[in-house]
Amino acid sequence: MSIELIDIYKSFGPKEVLKGFTLTVPEGDTVSLVGFSGSGKSVALKHVVRLLSPDSGVVRVDDQDVAGLSRHELYELRRQVGFVFQFAALFDSMTIRENLSMGLIKQGTHTEAEIEQRINESLNMVELEGFEDRMPAELSGGQRKRAGLARAIAFRPKYLLYDEPTSGLDPVTTTVIDRLILKMKKELGVTSLVITHDMKSADRVSDRVAMLFEGRIIEEGTPDEIAKSENPIVRGFVDGEPELVEQGRLDQ
Amino acid sequence: MSAQRSFAWIGAKSTEGFAAFGRFSSFTAEAGRAVPDLKTWGKLLFPLMKRIGVDSIPIALFLAAFTGIVLALQASYTFTGAIPMYFVGTLVGKTMILELGPVLTGLALSGRVGANIAAELGTMRVSEQIDALETLSYNPHSYLVVPRVVAGLLMFPVIVVFANAIGIVSGWITAINLLEMTSQEFIRGLRLFFEPFDITYSLIKTGSFGFAITLIGCYQGFTTTGGAQGVGTATTRAVVLSSMMILVLDAFWAVTLLQ
Repeated sequence: MSIELIDIYKSFGPKEVLKGFTLTVPEGDTVSLVGFSGSGKSVALKHVVRLLSPDSGVVRVDDQDVAGLSRHELYELRRQVGFVFQFAALFDSMTIRENLSMGLIKQGTHTEAEIEQRINESLNMVELEGFEDRMPAELSGGQRKRAGLARAIAFRPKYLLYDEPTSGLDPVTTTVIDRLILKMKKELGVTSLVITHDMKSADRVSDRVAMLFEGRIIEEGTPDEIAKSENPIVRGFVDGEPELVEQGRLDQ
Repeated sequence: MSAQRSFAWIGAKSTEGFAAFGRFSSFTAEAGRAVPDLKTWGKLLFPLMKRIGVDSIPIALFLAAFTGIVLALQASYTFTGAIPMYFVGTLVGKTMILELGPVLTGLALSGRVGANIAAELGTMRVSEQIDALETLSYNPHSYLVVPRVVAGLLMFPVIVVFANAIGIVSGWITAINLLEMTSQEFIRGLRLFFEPFDITYSLIKTGSFGFAITLIGCYQGFTTTGGAQGVGTATTRAVVLSSMMILVLDAFWAVTLLQ
């Protein structure tokens, strides 16, 4: 019951984004994938639910080979995985209630009253009670991210994927979102993969941190181990020192 | 060297063209496979029929009304003396039903409907809303493409029925008020060469326009990349390609059904 990406290669035209990318997220853990902007973190994340397919390599979720799933099986799997998008990706022609109900309606196993109850519970969990009838355009950046999270947890997934959940937010709102990620783990027991370039945030929410550089994982460990890494690229990233990164690149 | 470069350019463009056609065909096939998913798209159909069809009627009627006036006056100008005036009714009726009603409405709606669909779906693509639909286990072709295409296919003929009627009525009003014709003369001309097949031809043609405009709009929206500029490009492409497709289909139906 884990997420495994094994030896993934992915190119877009001549641009090779992932080159032998391997990462495992054990059941119940939160793993943060960190790396520079444009390093392919979101590309890796989208492979988990087959929004993208690898040129080669294996993606395994819930002990299933994602590439080999039929459309029906893929949709069944996606019902186990909540995806929190970088800019929330709320349906802007719908209210927050309608946004949250989409996944539940598609499951087809809930009555209207149960859907309403689940919407209220999910909004309470992200502290957005009373926002049901607002349109996404009426929310602030932080509220949109929380609404996106509420939509992802509304159908009670086993896995949560977060794509830059704190990017563009002020430090206080960032902490609020980080606490929500921890709360999801504690209350829902989800297995999470978090994409971020914010080391403070990764430190707060993760059991393990992996660093993606030039298409593959160059270092993986607990937040403490990453903070103490001797790898100049990791050090440069953690300390915000471009010279160290350049040195590390030359050493490779 | 220059000839070599020209051949290379032609080769590259041809390959690009075939690849684009392949992608469009694959998109169309994917949409076709989504048609049985009526549970997903069925409930979205009526609101879209209103948005694509009913809301487009005013612009279609506006165009048709003025087209009818101009047709009647131009017919009278052309026929002066040599041809009986009741042929004004013939020309207005035949031209509206067979050609100008469907084609002018199609061209106007490629701007209104095609651009709207491309911009809407393009914005959904670049803001990851289409990806979000997929993660919620929706087939985006069932949810976004099929209801739009079916709405276009069903509603364009309805719009054109109204447009044809208004065009003929405005031609008739022009004839009796500005051309010193009587209603009887106009109606005699209108009925002279009328064939019920004309209506069928007009509706088949318009249905195909509705299908093409909505499908091209959806495809351009789905394949949008980049941000606002990408949405702008997709919208422009949708209008240009659907306008071209309308003229191609117009010729196709004339060749296949009128010969």
